[in-house]
Amino acid sequence: MTEFAVTLCDLERRFGDFVAVNRISLDVRRGEIFGFLGPNGAGKSTTIRMLCGLLEPSGGSGTVAGFDIRTEREQIKRTIGYMSQKFSLYDDLTVEENIDFYSGIYGIPRTKKAERKAWVLDMATLQEHRKTRTGELPGGWKQRLSLGCALLHEPRIVFLDEPTSGVDPLSRRAFWDLIHQLAHQGVTVFVTTHYMEEAEYCDRLALIYRGELVALGTPSEMKGNLMLDQVLALTCDRAHDALALAATVPGVRDAALFGRDLHLMTPDAEALVPGLRQALESAGFRVDRMERITPSLEDVFVSLIEARDRADGAQQAFTS
Amino acid sequence: MSGPGGINLRRLVAVARKEFIHVLRDKRALAIAILLPMIMLMIFGYALTLDLDRVPLAILDQSRTPQSRELVARFEGSRYFSVVQRAGSEREVEAAINRGQAMLGLVVPLDFGRRVASERKTQVQVLADGSDANTTTLALAYAETIVRGYSQEVLVMKVRRLTGKAPALPMELRPRVWFNTDMESKIFIVPGLIAVIMMLITALLTSLTVAREWETGTMEQLISTPVRPPELILGKLAPYFVIGMVDMLLSVLAGRFLFEVPIRGSLVLLFGVSAVFLVGALALGIFISTLAKSQLLASQAAFVATFLPAFLLSGFMFDIGNMPRPLQVMTNLIPARHFVTILRGLYLKGTGLAELWPQCLLLVAFAALMLLLAIRTFKKRLD
Repeated sequence: MTEFAVTLCDLERRFGDFVAVNRISLDVRRGEIFGFLGPNGAGKSTTIRMLCGLLEPSGGSGTVAGFDIRTEREQIKRTIGYMSQKFSLYDDLTVEENIDFYSGIYGIPRTKKAERKAWVLDMATLQEHRKTRTGELPGGWKQRLSLGCALLHEPRIVFLDEPTSGVDPLSRRAFWDLIHQLAHQGVTVFVTTHYMEEAEYCDRLALIYRGELVALGTPSEMKGNLMLDQVLALTCDRAHDALALAATVPGVRDAALFGRDLHLMTPDAEALVPGLRQALESAGFRVDRMERITPSLEDVFVSLIEARDRADGAQQAFTS
Repeated sequence: MSGPGGINLRRLVAVARKEFIHVLRDKRALAIAILLPMIMLMIFGYALTLDLDRVPLAILDQSRTPQSRELVARFEGSRYFSVVQRAGSEREVEAAINRGQAMLGLVVPLDFGRRVASERKTQVQVLADGSDANTTTLALAYAETIVRGYSQEVLVMKVRRLTGKAPALPMELRPRVWFNTDMESKIFIVPGLIAVIMMLITALLTSLTVAREWETGTMEQLISTPVRPPELILGKLAPYFVIGMVDMLLSVLAGRFLFEVPIRGSLVLLFGVSAVFLVGALALGIFISTLAKSQLLASQAAFVATFLPAFLLSGFMFDIGNMPRPLQVMTNLIPARHFVTILRGLYLKGTGLAELWPQCLLLVAFAALMLLLAIRTFKKRLD
């Protein structure tokens, strides 16, 4: 086996004319938590499904645990754990019955069955609810049970497709603790999410937008190198109205609301400050604070995506 | 623990157990699976009688003589007719037929008694509502039998008076009916009905199973595991096979004790053949479900693919011998046709494997083909 759990080379998937995944190439190292980020519809699920042997790629190649994603699907399915985006255990079965079912499907040896079941119940803290119908569990508990069932056969690589979507923040935190425990035991975790704050928990990230790989690196690499613009944070009253005005000031590439603050993307923050302050104050806004900040991952992604949109727009204007 | 054809028994058992739980937890579906065949058996068993008796009859006796009363009495005494009206005029007879009160009208003319007494040729008129041609033909035949019987008796009396002894009639028909000695149509209908019901119910039951998992999304999780198509298909089949056999048992019991249809053949053969047929029908449902991927489409497709051919082309309702030649050939492709033949053979004639083996073999082939199709079409892929 290689040092890579997953390798992708020019992976492509089309649905008719629509290119869902456009020539993505990347490698995932063994034992790392690899975050696959992007807005809804960016192609995250399509990619993960190709990796799990559920979808045929239209072009390119890839391996999972050294097996070819085109020709060795069944070997892959024996090796990996997969948790699909939609909750996909059986609502009318009890917690225990769902575990028993997947235990049978994965062919867990009789001697290990009880131990693995206890492990899942512990991990998901569902010991007291083993006889509860799965459909009656709250969202976060269901997700933990799903993860547990996907881990029954102790796979070395797991693919989690938006495991925390629709789950309350506290449960999300607990879920990420589980992911870190897994990684600590040497399990490779390939996880998709559209929550930017979750990106910080990953060892490495890929940002995917409209089927294309926009950026690849560790969170700190992304914050350090990938940002072309500087970020100017600004606190003022009536932030929403100020946003519309600020966006028109020369030198501001993009403006976005962050809570009660404004974040402005600009090539040179220092040079922008005087003109911006004057424009806002003459319009009657009271500016409390204005300073250059280290960009958050969200800033990075927004700026990368905006840059991509601008490039696409320019290209479209050019070709038409 | 690998069985033949790369089937892992543990996985198959896991799927079967899970399917059993689904079936037992879904009380409504379970009730339908058990009650629907019974309801269909009741409705069709009681409504679908092909026997004709108590044809509503309007009588106009213009003659009012001993001779005419004798003829009318014969109609009244027959179980095939029931006199609904004693008309006073021809118009009243017509009105009764027009209103649908009477199917036949018997008009005995004014000079009937006189002509019979004087041994001259005479006529009675029968008016018939011909809208339902089959029934009317049957009713007219009954009427003709009664009139001919009376006519013959008059002739015999005349000969006796002239010669002093009754003549021997030159020919006599001595019918001996086999298999369904009372010629009750329910004895013929119930076995066929059981076949049609089994075909419909079983395919409908399984047509939902695979489609449901695609709809709820559980299939995506399932196909990411090492489970193999034959394990999944056979595991899904198992609980419905049990339900199907329970349905079969209930149908046979209802046929025996409710409709009093005797079984002359071997019970072992009856249930053995039914088991084979069930596997085929259930696998057909799963095959449809695999193709459709939506519950609504699958159940509709299952209905069209099973009920219509089973009802129309199995020989259950319509005699295959009367169909156009190409249609007759086509009926051979319909498993329900062979199952109907087998059940009728077992119920009515008490025939065994010696006579029924070709049909049995065809059902085995059907079951094998359907299983193969269901397993082959099931792909562990999303596209």
